Amino acid sequence: MGTSQTNKPSGDAGPAPATGTQGKYPPDAGHTSGARPAVHREPLIHLSKRDDVALPKAVLIRLAAVALSLVVCAGVIFLLTRLNPLDVYKGFIDGAIGTSRRTWVTVRDALVLLCVAIGLTPAFKMRFWNIGAEGQVLVGGLASAALMIYAGGRLPGPALLAAMFAASLLAGCIWGLIPAFFKAFWNTNETLFTLMLNYVAMQIVTFCIVFWENPAGSNTVGIINSAKNVPSYQAGYLPSLFGNAYGWNVVIVAALTVGMYIYLKYTKQGYEVAVVGESENTARYAGIHVRKVIMRTMAISGAICGLGGFIIVSGASHTISTSTAGGRGFTAIIVAWLAKFNAFTMVVISFFLVFMQKGAMQIATQFKLNENASDVITGIILFFILGSEFFINYKVRLRRKT
Amino acid sequence: MGILVIFIQKAITQGIGILYGALGEIVTEKSGNLNLGVPGVMYMGGIAGLMGAFFYETNARTPNGAMGLAISFLCAFACSLLGGLIYSYLTISLRANQNVTGLALTTFGVGFGNFFGGSLSQLAGGVGQINVPVTGAAYGKIFPGLASMGPIGTIFFSYGFLTYLSIVLAVCLFWVLFRTRVGLNLRAVGESPATADAAGIPVTKYKYLATCLGSGLSGLGGLYFVMEYSGGTWTNNGFGDRGWLAIALVIFALWKPLNAVWGSILFGGLYILYLYIPGLGRSMQEIFKMLPYLVTILVLIVTSFRKKREYQPPAALGLPYFREER
Repeated sequence: MGTSQTNKPSGDAGPAPATGTQGKYPPDAGHTSGARPAVHREPLIHLSKRDDVALPKAVLIRLAAVALSLVVCAGVIFLLTRLNPLDVYKGFIDGAIGTSRRTWVTVRDALVLLCVAIGLTPAFKMRFWNIGAEGQVLVGGLASAALMIYAGGRLPGPALLAAMFAASLLAGCIWGLIPAFFKAFWNTNETLFTLMLNYVAMQIVTFCIVFWENPAGSNTVGIINSAKNVPSYQAGYLPSLFGNAYGWNVVIVAALTVGMYIYLKYTKQGYEVAVVGESENTARYAGIHVRKVIMRTMAISGAICGLGGFIIVSGASHTISTSTAGGRGFTAIIVAWLAKFNAFTMVVISFFLVFMQKGAMQIATQFKLNENASDVITGIILFFILGSEFFINYKVRLRRKT
Repeated sequence: MGILVIFIQKAITQGIGILYGALGEIVTEKSGNLNLGVPGVMYMGGIAGLMGAFFYETNARTPNGAMGLAISFLCAFACSLLGGLIYSYLTISLRANQNVTGLALTTFGVGFGNFFGGSLSQLAGGVGQINVPVTGAAYGKIFPGLASMGPIGTIFFSYGFLTYLSIVLAVCLFWVLFRTRVGLNLRAVGESPATADAAGIPVTKYKYLATCLGSGLSGLGGLYFVMEYSGGTWTNNGFGDRGWLAIALVIFALWKPLNAVWGSILFGGLYILYLYIPGLGRSMQEIFKMLPYLVTILVLIVTSFRKKREYQPPAALGLPYFREER
C-alpha cells in the first residue's frame, strides 16, 4: 500500500527516469579532444531513479540502516564511556520495557507522538510544511488545562471531558488555520510561519502559568485538581478503561490512526489533498478549490495536534508547562516523513523512537551518563534512516569495467 | 538617558549571537538549502569552543589567552562545519528532505551540546563547574581607553572582538554575495539550480561549500554566547531558543547581510525589552517576550502581500536538485 508513494522524494516525480544518460557525452564530444577519447569515461558512480521498490527490499534497507546506526552508536558510546556497548543496549531494553510500568510509560509517550504525527500527515501530504505541531499541541493542552482549572468540579465528569476534548480540537484548529489562511491567499511561507507560532504559543502558556501557578511563586502549575476532598478532585482526568490507566489514550489514538488512513485513502477529500500536494496547477485545472483544501486540511491537521495536547494534559501529565509538548511536535515531523504518510508505518516508527528515548534515559541514570545522550543517539539513528531513503529511491551502480 | 545607553548596549550583546547564526544561515539559504539545524549547529559550536579552551587550559602549564582564543575559535568553527557537512551530505548527496534533516540535526546538536556540557567535568575527572577564565577573559577584552568615553564609549566600544568581527563579516558577506562573480553564481544556484547547472556552474560544489561554511559561521554564534556573553561557562539549554531567532532574523533581514546587522540589534532589544519597561507585571512580561516572533510573522505576511522580487526567499529554497529530474 505504501509502495506507490515510496519513490517520490520531491513530489514532482516525472515520467520514466532517463537511465544511463548522466555523464555520457554525445558522440561528437570525443572528436574535439582529438586522439584522447579515453578521457571521457563514465563517472565512477552512476545514479538513476528507481521506478518502484519491492516492499521487502525497502524494509530490508531500512533495517540495515537502523542496524548500522546502532553499531555507530555503540562505537560512540564506547569511545565516550569505555562501557561495554552490549551492556548499554541491555540497559536500553530494560529501560523501555523492563517493567510493566515502564512499558506503559513507553506506550503512553509513543501514543502521543503517534497522535501528533497522524495530525501532521494530511498537511505533509498536501506539501504544506507544518512545523508548528509543537505550538498546536501546546494550545490544545492549554485549552484542556484551562477547562480543568475553571470548570473542574462544576461540570459533571463526562461533560467536562467532552468540553475539554472539543476545546483542544478547536484551539489546535485555530492555531493551524492562521498560517493556512495566509498561505492560501498570499502564499506566505508556511514553514517559517508555523515555526514562529510555536514560540508565540509557548509565551501564551507562560503567560497563563502566571495566573495558574500553584503553589504561588513556583512558576509552575503543578498537578491540576490534585487536592483531595473537594469536588474538583481529579476532575478532567481521563478515567481508566478496561482497568488500564491509559486505556482511553489507546482507544482515541487508535481511532485516529484508522480514521486518518481511511480519510486519506478512500475519501474524496483525501484525494483532493493528494492532488493539491502533487501539483496545485493540476488541482486547479481539475476544478479543485485549492484555497479551501489548504485551509480545511490545516484545520484538521491542527485540530488533531491540539487533541494531542488534550491527551497529554488529561490522559497523562495533568499539568501544563512550556515543555508539555517536549519537542514531540518536531519529532513527529520526522515520524510522519519517515513513514511516507502511511498511518500504520507511523505506529512502528513512533514506538521505535520512544523506545530508544526511554532506553537512553535508563542507561543515562544507570551508567551516570548525562540524560542528553538520548538526543545524540536519536540524532545519529535519524541521520542513518534519512540517508537510507536514498538507497530506496535511487539505484546506485558503479562504473562498468571496460 | 543612562538606562537607554545600557539598554542599547545590552541589546547589542544579545543580538550578536543571533547575528552570527543568521549570517551563516543567509549564506546557506542563498544556495537553496533551508537548514533548520542552525539551533543545533550553534550548540555544537558553543560546546566545541568551550571544550577546546577547557582542554587547553587544563593541560597547558601557563595558559595563554590568545592561544586559548585561537584554539576555541578553530574548534567551534570546525565542529559546526562538521554539523553542516552531515546536513550537506544527507540533503545534497543523498537528497534527504531538508526540513526533516535539519530538525534531526537540531535534535542531535542540542543533545550534543548539553551532553558534553553536562558531562565535561565528569569526563575530565570531576572538577566541578566548567570554567575557562583565561580564554573567557581574552574574549571579553575591550578597547582599554575607548570604552570609558561616556555613552558613546559604552555603546560602541564596550565589546569583545567577536562583536566587531560579526559586523566586518556582514559587510564582507554583502560584498561577496552581491558584488562578486562567486556571489552571483551562488545566488543563481539558490534561485534555479537547473539554470545554473546549464550555465556550467558546479551546483553541488557551491551547495556544499555554502552550507558547510554557513554552518561554521552560525556556530560562531554559539561560541560568542559561551565565551563573551557567559564569560566562558556552560549552562545546559542556556542558549535557549536563540537558534530559532536566528532563522527568524534571516527572514526579517530579507536574506540581506547588512539588514541582519541592525535587525539583530532590534531583535536583541525586543528580547530584553520587558526588563526595561517600568511597571510591567509578570504576565505582561511574557507577552513582551513574544515580540521578536510576532515581528517576524508580520514581516513574513507583509512581504508576501507585496510580491516584490527582491523580498522573496531564494526560489529553490528547500528543494532538492537532481540533474536528471526535470
